[in-house]
Amino acid sequence: MAKVKTLADLRKMSEDLKTKIQLREKGDNPESMIQLKVSMATCGIASGAKEVMDFFIEELDKQNIDAVVTQTGCMGYCFAEPTIEITLPGQDPIVYGFVNELKAKEIIEKYVKNGEMVEGIIPTNYQTPDNQ
Amino acid sequence: MGKFKNHILVCLGTGCRASQSEEIIRNFKTALEENDLENDVQIVGTGCFGFCEKGPVIKMVPDNTFYVLVNPEDANEIVLEHIVKGRKVERLLYVDPETKKHVSDSKHMGFYKKQIRIALRNCGFINPENIDEYIARDGYAALGSVISEMTPQEAINVVKDSELRGRGGGGFPTGLKWELTKKSNSDQKYVVCNADEGDPGAFMDRSILEGDPHSVLEAMAICGYCIGANVGVIYIRAEYPLAIQRLKIAIQQARDYGLLGNEILGSKFNFDIEIRYGAGAFVCGEETALIHSMEGLRGEPTVKPPFPAVSGYKGKPTNVNNVETFANIPPIFLKGSSWFKTIGNEKSKGTKVFALAGKVNNVGLIEVPMGTTLREVIFDIGGGIKDGKKFKAVQTGGPSGGCLTEKHLDTPIDYDNLIASGSMMGSGGMVVLDEDDCMVDVARFYLDFTVEESCGKCAPCRIGNKRMNEMLEKITMGKGEEDDIIRLKNLANVIKDTSLCGLGQTSPNPVLSTMDNFMHEYVAHVHDKKCPAKQCKALMQYSIDPNKCVGCTLCSRVCPVDAISGERKEPHKINAALCIKCGACMEKCKFGAISLS
Ligand SMILES: Cc1cc2nc3c(=O)[nH]c(=O)nc-3n(C[C@H](O)[C@H](O)[C@H](O)COP(=O)(O)O)c2cc1C
Ligand code: SF4
Ligand code: SF4
Repeated sequence: MAKVKTLADLRKMSEDLKTKIQLREKGDNPESMIQLKVSMATCGIASGAKEVMDFFIEELDKQNIDAVVTQTGCMGYCFAEPTIEITLPGQDPIVYGFVNELKAKEIIEKYVKNGEMVEGIIPTNYQTPDNQ
Repeated sequence: MGKFKNHILVCLGTGCRASQSEEIIRNFKTALEENDLENDVQIVGTGCFGFCEKGPVIKMVPDNTFYVLVNPEDANEIVLEHIVKGRKVERLLYVDPETKKHVSDSKHMGFYKKQIRIALRNCGFINPENIDEYIARDGYAALGSVISEMTPQEAINVVKDSELRGRGGGGFPTGLKWELTKKSNSDQKYVVCNADEGDPGAFMDRSILEGDPHSVLEAMAICGYCIGANVGVIYIRAEYPLAIQRLKIAIQQARDYGLLGNEILGSKFNFDIEIRYGAGAFVCGEETALIHSMEGLRGEPTVKPPFPAVSGYKGKPTNVNNVETFANIPPIFLKGSSWFKTIGNEKSKGTKVFALAGKVNNVGLIEVPMGTTLREVIFDIGGGIKDGKKFKAVQTGGPSGGCLTEKHLDTPIDYDNLIASGSMMGSGGMVVLDEDDCMVDVARFYLDFTVEESCGKCAPCRIGNKRMNEMLEKITMGKGEEDDIIRLKNLANVIKDTSLCGLGQTSPNPVLSTMDNFMHEYVAHVHDKKCPAKQCKALMQYSIDPNKCVGCTLCSRVCPVDAISGERKEPHKINAALCIKCGACMEKCKFGAISLS
């Protein structure tokens, strides 16, 4: 892997990666790309986040739905593990808690395919330095 | 895509539910049907918005309008105005107490968002196993600008100016610590990250390492540049396999990009990081014990001074900081120390991460500005006490801390206020207790832990805590004598004053603070032989209600010690002196005649 040689290089790289990740999020056809993050910290994994993530990948693939499924760290909602965050094109991200395979199926069938929200939404009520 | 054009999110958190959110949903359904909108607008119940004092709250999607203090009768108006005519219902908007203006878009309602995530800014957002995602969020940019544009002293001044204090418990000013280590002259210095996290119930540091390992690596490198060290060591407990695995991946990726290693970003600065494993002893979180453990010696503390800043790992100047302390460093450089100082209160700046646990609805990891009150944490963010029970106390600071009660609910949480209230910040464990918890038993629980974890080096802690534990045991068994309370208090103070390290010096805190706040429970146990919270089994009596007992004899047949007597078809009686409180009789009785009180 190429080393980053200067601060300017790092800054450029950061910009490029921002664009690249945005592209990945929107995909070639920003109309249909879905983003799904699964909270995979110790607590999430212990409550079955891995299985849920596998299930999402398989099921979305089987149904030919364009989606990027990635893992991420603890979202802080330990009372509702496994938790996922899902972003439909052009919409705000939504966090769902207590996601097992059944719930995952419901989320795909109702929310992903129909835009119909399902029970189990956890409102995010925090700000980060970026959106402050 | 998507057949619903609008969504109405109705908070179904405990607070809002109590104030009629279910009826609101029903009324919305009717109103939508009346207007033939049921196929265009979906109503969804959600978890708690964390704005319970203004409940019931609802949010309209997609325009993010936030309505507060909504009555069931308002549903019709919201449908007609907001959805049909596209006009906001002004009177239900939140009024900003400062500007007195109506605020509609929940995205601009920062003030209602009680949480600000600085240390957790990337947790749950980026993929922790991919350095690119960290870099895309300005990762390593702080390190880059520090080593290319600042002298070590200038960088230290930024940290000093931010007034960041250590998040590992003590609250020592971080910038000052860096400066002290910088001033120690030596050919070799070390940066150590304390990831031992031994408080029972605490998992803040683990979550940061699992969710955003690069932020800690970056901060350690910045620290190395400032103090003049080129080696960093992360001391992490071996029970954290996922955190260890992600750290390893992160270190390798940073090396591959040349962000760790020699001549970082074309500068003369070299820095690399290694990992050391701890065996999970609580005392090894104490910095001198931690350093001994890293050197392969027994994990026992030694007297300070010398402080690690002067003589630490391998006798060299060593800067020890906690995981969360480090995680705050990159944002301080990226956004500036004056930005950091706008968050928090007078003496404690920034935020603190807490692991909220116990009898609270939303158990989880939270990050709030210093100075947030306990009430906001427990009721707004935590969603209140489980099963509608009554709040009793919160234990902060784990086995070294104390309990805060009802009267502390509105005290702003910061280092100094917690100490003044007889507790301490600790690393951030927060265990919520309700009316069913016996405070004597809680004190005993923490002492069990201390006795187990004392390293045994000094007598007050090794022997004193054991004796205290025995006394508490005796009291919860109903064998306490009048003098025990005074003896307990005296012993606690002696241990506090004479122990060698922080473990022993703070171990009596749970006892002293429960005594300060709940002396009547101690008295009830000792004097009246009663446990007010009905937790201490030994103090409970099984008895048979003669009005309910039909004399079926079932109980007397199951009692293993023949403690129950009585004639057939006559009310039975339990001989308290014989009863061993196994509960078998209560389980068997079909008439609910046996109770525990
Ligand atoms: C018994 C005992 C246990 C401790 N455990 C930890 C721990 O698990 N993690 C931690 O960061 N600090 C712990 N500390 C505090 C450390 O000694 C030290 O103050 C801290 O790591 C300094 O970092 P900071 O200035 O960033 O807070 C403990 C202290 C004592 C007395
Ligand atoms: S106070 Fe306890 S843990 Fe600390 S040195 Fe003494 S015996 Fe060991
Ligand atoms: S609790 Fe057990 S020992 Fe006591 S009376 Fe009932 S059955 Fe007998």
